[in-house]
Amino acid sequence: MEHLISLFVKAVFVENMALAFFLGMCTFLALSKKVETAIGLGIAVVVVLAITVPLNNLLYQNLLVDGALEWAGLPGVDLSFLGLLSYIGVIAAVVQILEMTLDKYMPALYNALGVFLPLITVNCAIMGASLFMVERDYNFGESVVYGVGAGVGWALAIAALAGIREKLKYSDVPAGLRGLGITFITVGLMSLGFMSFSGVQL
Amino acid sequence: MSDVKKVLFGPILANNPIALQILGICSALAVTSSLSVSLVMAIALTLVTAFSSFFIAIIRSHIPNSIRIIVQMIIIASLVIVVDQVLKAFAYEISKQLSVFVGLIITNCIVMGRAEAFAMKNGPVMSFVDGIGNGLGYSAMLIIVAFFRELLGAGKLFGVEIFATVQNGGWYQPNGLMLLPPSAFFVIGLVIWALRSYKKEQVEEPEFKIAANSRSQEAL
Repeated sequence: MEHLISLFVKAVFVENMALAFFLGMCTFLALSKKVETAIGLGIAVVVVLAITVPLNNLLYQNLLVDGALEWAGLPGVDLSFLGLLSYIGVIAAVVQILEMTLDKYMPALYNALGVFLPLITVNCAIMGASLFMVERDYNFGESVVYGVGAGVGWALAIAALAGIREKLKYSDVPAGLRGLGITFITVGLMSLGFMSFSGVQL
Repeated sequence: MSDVKKVLFGPILANNPIALQILGICSALAVTSSLSVSLVMAIALTLVTAFSSFFIAIIRSHIPNSIRIIVQMIIIASLVIVVDQVLKAFAYEISKQLSVFVGLIITNCIVMGRAEAFAMKNGPVMSFVDGIGNGLGYSAMLIIVAFFRELLGAGKLFGVEIFATVQNGGWYQPNGLMLLPPSAFFVIGLVIWALRSYKKEQVEEPEFKIAANSRSQEAL
């Protein structure tokens, strides 16, 4: 139990997806103008990560890893090179289902996320979490915790950035830096701050 | 002909994927601490973007709208697996340095963004050119950032010493910050500033203007 809690804390703060690994940057920068949208997107990412990481874990452990097909009478088959294709298939399917559900039941949020909802599929944070899960050999329980933790960390980071940007629009920024430029510098400073977590051992 | 030129070279300065469209930033931050790794990444991404746009444009009228994302992802993922295996076979050292970021080309928003925004609406040849153009825009940005990070962070370019560093008895004190990921944000931010000072039309309108000659108490 203790092990799972420390994994969660590590996924949220020490190994923050956005600010320590720089994954999911495109949506992170493009959709952080308003706190409201940022929180909506953050929740979507948490949901998608909490579903896809455990799902990909099951897929990897039972179908793809070396020797996993023993139950089918094929002990020598190693399908792990198909990993990329299957993870992204699972992610794309989950996102598409989420998109249709939001369209039907929460049209306001659907309109707010607009063209960026399909881009959740290509949010590197989601694919990245699945790849890290495989690389670190998590079991099913750990992958659930890691998926939720990584999502919460990312949501936290985007909400914090949106808060800063809402205040930042009242400041007098040099013309060329206005908008995207100053956002890059801000995120750089935020990630410098998050680097102070990198020495924490749990 | 001028159309082809516009589609091919437009994304380098006028419509840069990283500086203006906010696409493909993750890998731009993570792999740019060394110039040779960035170059391999840039070539891989340009090829994947061009060919995925090409194949998607060929079958664009047969893809049902509700499952288009999955179809696009499958095409992109197959191409990336090819790139990944080729790199492992012929450039193993570099493929180890790139680690998960080759796999993350799949989720690089440039590939997906161009498929969605251009290849679904245009013919295969133009889509291929558009893919190459956006790949070049991305490569240009990646190489500029990697140039400054490697030069200032390690005093080297392509692993060859340019500035003799203090450790080797030279004069240059390497700036360790440039090798850390946050510096990539600063470099890209400054490049955007330079680009927008040159191309004024890319400057964003402020959402909130401070009135002229207002004293600070009044502004509050």
